[in-house]
Amino acid sequence: MANPVAAPRWRFREPNVLPGFRLALGFTLIYVSFILLIPLAALVARPWENGLDGFIATLLDERVLKALRLTFSVSFMAAAMNVVMGLVITWALVRYDFPGRGILDAMVDLPFALPTAVAGIALTSIYAPNGWVGGLFSPLGIKIAYTPIGIWIAMVFVGLPFIVRTVQPVLQEFDAEVEEAATMLGARPLQRIRRVILPALWPAVITAFSLAFARAVGEYGSVIFIAGNMPYKTEIAPLLIVTKLEQFDYAGAASVGLAMLILSFTIILLVNIIQLLLSRRGLK
Amino acid sequence: MKTSAPRRPDAAAWALILLALAWMALIVLLPLVTVFAEAFSKGFEVFKTAIVEPDAQAAIAMTFTVAAIAVPLNAIFGVAAAWLIARFEFRGKGLLLSLIDLPFSISPVISGLVWILLFGASGWFGAWLQAHDIRIVFAVPGLVLATMFVTLPFVARELIPLMQDQGSDEETAAVTLGASGWTTFFKVTLPNIKWALLYGVLLCNARAMGEFGAVSVVSGHIRGMTNTMPLHVEVLYNDYDLVGAFAVATLLACLALITLGVKTILEWRFADELAASRRH
Repeated sequence: MANPVAAPRWRFREPNVLPGFRLALGFTLIYVSFILLIPLAALVARPWENGLDGFIATLLDERVLKALRLTFSVSFMAAAMNVVMGLVITWALVRYDFPGRGILDAMVDLPFALPTAVAGIALTSIYAPNGWVGGLFSPLGIKIAYTPIGIWIAMVFVGLPFIVRTVQPVLQEFDAEVEEAATMLGARPLQRIRRVILPALWPAVITAFSLAFARAVGEYGSVIFIAGNMPYKTEIAPLLIVTKLEQFDYAGAASVGLAMLILSFTIILLVNIIQLLLSRRGLK
Repeated sequence: MKTSAPRRPDAAAWALILLALAWMALIVLLPLVTVFAEAFSKGFEVFKTAIVEPDAQAAIAMTFTVAAIAVPLNAIFGVAAAWLIARFEFRGKGLLLSLIDLPFSISPVISGLVWILLFGASGWFGAWLQAHDIRIVFAVPGLVLATMFVTLPFVARELIPLMQDQGSDEETAAVTLGASGWTTFFKVTLPNIKWALLYGVLLCNARAMGEFGAVSVVSGHIRGMTNTMPLHVEVLYNDYDLVGAFAVATLLACLALITLGVKTILEWRFADELAASRRH
């Protein structure tokens, strides 16, 4: 006799009266395979043309190493800056009522909406030595465009909305009673922020940081105009892929691309682990 | 639970607000203003000439062609994926969800590179394509494929959380009462998701028309043939035709502003009918 409490039989889908499962599944899988999976398989398969040694030799090339280091370090600094200023902007948007608040809120999404090439040429003309802002700094001997500072500014531009849009809903939902309780228990404003509000925001801030960071690492359009693209100095990793493709070095281009993906995903994974540890500590 | 309502700022708060406004003005507003200032710096006639010039017109037409193919396809995909993920429980759903999100975290250059690795001269299918005289990369199909790759998540990402929130009660009722699958979809599901669908299509379209990195890799920059508007901006800029570059850029900036305007209206007017949790 069958045991009625035996573990449920393994099944691919739970029963449901709604129609269209096979059609939707078939269409979705075929679409995802053709548009995402097969192309990505080509990326994963390509670097090994000259074996593992070829892959490693490509990455250990001085020029590739410099480009990867520049891309990841400037992306990190841009995301860090965005966390600071993003929190200031989010705080102003959520906590205070001031004239122009609606416009400020809508403007936050502009870097998402503005095509990257447009942002790129605009930033370049602002920060070039004869530009509106670049012109203020060039008499002091400080160059912004065509240096890593210019790359950093472009990455700050594209990353800003990720911070605001990730932290905003969390800050909006933050329980005001907890804050009031802290005030009544004698916490000063800065103590309140440091001890009560920031710990609650950390998970969102870390998520936002990793989104802005990932975006900056892959960014191309807004960076290449302002970067100057000098090999070993201001050449970013995505540009190196383009350069290798132009030399018909498919395996080399795929190697750099795959390395970028692996590095990005490793960093995002690490960030998620840190986030998990932080939230566990918060629960205790 | 009480959430904190925005309040009138005090002196310290004003300092914070001014800092926020100043940073936004410097980082976000200044580039936007620059686009228009540079485009009209030599007067309206020069601006107009740059827009009506044949290569610019060809680039505008190419941008609309690519978006007209890529956006509807990704919209259909988004609806199918949302129906699948929000209405059925099946193994591997989490994996499929992360897969759909993947293009968001991949560099646009890599999104173009993968198509060269498939269809380029020494790509997987390169020799076969050459033998049959079919052009994919450095031609319109490549531009469409690269754009589809980059914009694949937009509609799906908007619809999935919304349809999960709404639940399947209404559709189950319709089907139980004898409505066919398609009738249920067009009479029950579609009216419930129409604003979210429009929202997703709007963002998908903005990205499709403005995409630069991915199409730059697959286009080959053949003027009047495979240049979209963002690529045309680059070509003009590298030719030191600054006014021309910024003139075409104003059209893209206007597209961005219109997108933001419609998006704000949708969020304000139909907040309940859009996905509550949104990342982009």
